[in-house]
Amino acid sequence: MSSVTYEHVVKEFGTVRAVNDLSFHVEDKEFLVFVGPSGCGKTTALRLLAGLEEITSGQILIGDRVVNDVPPKDRDIAMVFQSYALYPHMSVYDNMAFSLKLRGTPKEEIKKRVMEAAEILGINELLERKPRQLSGGQRQRVAVGRAIVRNPKVFLFDEPLSNLDAKLRVQTRAEINKLHQRLQTTFIYVTHDQVEAMTMASRIAVINKGMLQQLDTPQVLYDTPANMFVAGFIGSPAMNFFPATIKRNGADLMVDTGTFAVKIPSSHVALYQSWVGKKVVFGIRPEDIFNPSFLPPAIHAESVPSKVDVIELMGNEIFLYMVAGSQNFVARVDPRTTYKVGDQVQVAFNMDKFHIFDPETELAVR
Amino acid sequence: MGDIFLGLFAIVIGVAASYGLYWLLNFIISLLPERLRKKSDWLAFLTPAVVLVILVLIAPLFQTIGWSFMDDGAKNWVGLKNYIDLFTDQRFLQILLNNFLWVLVVPAITVVVGTAAAALSNQVGPKLESIFKSLIFMPMAVSFVAASTIWSYFYAYVPPGRPEVGVLNAVVRLLGFPPQPWLTIDQGHLNSFLLMAVIVWLQVGYAMVVISSGIKAVPEETIEAAQLDGANPWQIFASVILPQVWGTVMSVFVTVLILVMKIFDIVLAMTRGNFNTSVLAFEWYKQFFENSNVGPASAVVTVLVILIVPLMWLQIQTVRQQELLR
Repeated sequence: MSSVTYEHVVKEFGTVRAVNDLSFHVEDKEFLVFVGPSGCGKTTALRLLAGLEEITSGQILIGDRVVNDVPPKDRDIAMVFQSYALYPHMSVYDNMAFSLKLRGTPKEEIKKRVMEAAEILGINELLERKPRQLSGGQRQRVAVGRAIVRNPKVFLFDEPLSNLDAKLRVQTRAEINKLHQRLQTTFIYVTHDQVEAMTMASRIAVINKGMLQQLDTPQVLYDTPANMFVAGFIGSPAMNFFPATIKRNGADLMVDTGTFAVKIPSSHVALYQSWVGKKVVFGIRPEDIFNPSFLPPAIHAESVPSKVDVIELMGNEIFLYMVAGSQNFVARVDPRTTYKVGDQVQVAFNMDKFHIFDPETELAVR
Repeated sequence: MGDIFLGLFAIVIGVAASYGLYWLLNFIISLLPERLRKKSDWLAFLTPAVVLVILVLIAPLFQTIGWSFMDDGAKNWVGLKNYIDLFTDQRFLQILLNNFLWVLVVPAITVVVGTAAAALSNQVGPKLESIFKSLIFMPMAVSFVAASTIWSYFYAYVPPGRPEVGVLNAVVRLLGFPPQPWLTIDQGHLNSFLLMAVIVWLQVGYAMVVISSGIKAVPEETIEAAQLDGANPWQIFASVILPQVWGTVMSVFVTVLILVMKIFDIVLAMTRGNFNTSVLAFEWYKQFFENSNVGPASAVVTVLVILIVPLMWLQIQTVRQQELLR
């Protein structure tokens, strides 16, 4: 069990800066998820912590100890690889026992710990098998088992679910969550899948182009994204963005996209006074756009005329791909909606939940 | 120049003839009714190869085995006499022992040195690696006879008083000892071991290249996982890398083993089997071509075949196992 600290960590491969000035602190027993698109540097950031890559500048601490020059074997870290990286020539038992054997743990103790881990993961039946005789899901469990027998200070997971089928992924997600609660150890988990991040993390670090975009709890990231990247990356379908201008209309402020204008509720007006007349980006999530027939009570709804372009039935909800002038956006509406493709309709924007970004810096205006 | 043209001509004619043969067989098959055709087209394409193998490999093998029960001129049957003679002849037993020594020493050293070279060359960075590997691989381009000539100079002995030409003896002299006629010293089979050095020098490059490609195919993550599991570089090599390339190492071992069983040219070129350095293949050559003892020579080579067959089986098994692992 241990905390982890990144201080101005930089990693360069030749002229490419894969990790750029990463600084943050992971509390003991926390479940932190690095999330970002492929090639954003999240895996590199994890490998730096494992000691599999050398830091160009800055430092990483595990607990109070700077580990920059500590070889991987002495960092007391366990990692589950995307490919699982099981030793193909060893049985499941030997795969799990390997690290303990290297440490000179007594045979009885090794057996006890491997059996315990196998019990937790439900792989007791597989101990004699070789990795090639296992299914993907079973291999994944063995990889986790290999990590937990050691009782490491920190667990690292590098996209451990990406090779599983969709159903198994959902199931394993919950199991890793349970494992975290049971082991009470620091988990650092890399994924490109924002759903995984949202469902598992106690906090999420959103990374793009090697830089930390925002680090917070899933709910805060979702409700108040710090910038357009986080706003667009977290949530599915993604947030709708409209280039717009803030305009004054009497005592009210309006967001004018050119095709339609919506009123900012009076409770929010003070925040945007200084933006009057300036260009902004207006953002709203698909679930904050309603079919007016199924509007929840007591919200500031603003009507927007638009045309239904595509309808996707999900069963429990409907995704509407809408066109308003030159703007396209997605609405996630009640399944009782009976719109047809080509219908001209009025949809309702929930103006209690919208986002305004500075188009220059892409930062949220708060 | 004329030879080159003759060679090219032979290649062109050979390819054209094979093409013509297959075309003809295909044509004959196409004349058959549909049902027969489907059942027999594999036969058409297999037959030429099978005929060739029977003609140049299998038939001579059985002929030789037959001869091994006949007299010097291959005229009269003599039963097991040739074999009884061989195994009661002290000289032949020495030859068997020599062969055994070659088999015992050469594949093991070749594989160990080749594996070490492969493992080390993977550590030095791509530029040095290619230089390093080229140097070790280069002897592969030299024929056995040419290599023997080079090494003969290395071991050369000149009686005292004349200018030194042997590299080994030059070193020996530099250290203050008298030069030695190395290849004539069979104490502790020294001269046989000196001959073995030649084939090790020739084959280490092959072993290194094959094993090195095996090591490169070991998934990087398994090595990283071992690092995190707490293994030091030696433990990673011994417990993670080596077991994953073991099939490759074994197949190199068996390939060199079979090559060494049949070793002939190095012995011929360096000692002509004198000074107690002869081996089975050389003994066969001497008996068959120089002494025209067809029966006894055939018995020698039959012994060699009997010894090699289980090795071939072993080689096939290792290749199969390797394929299973993939």
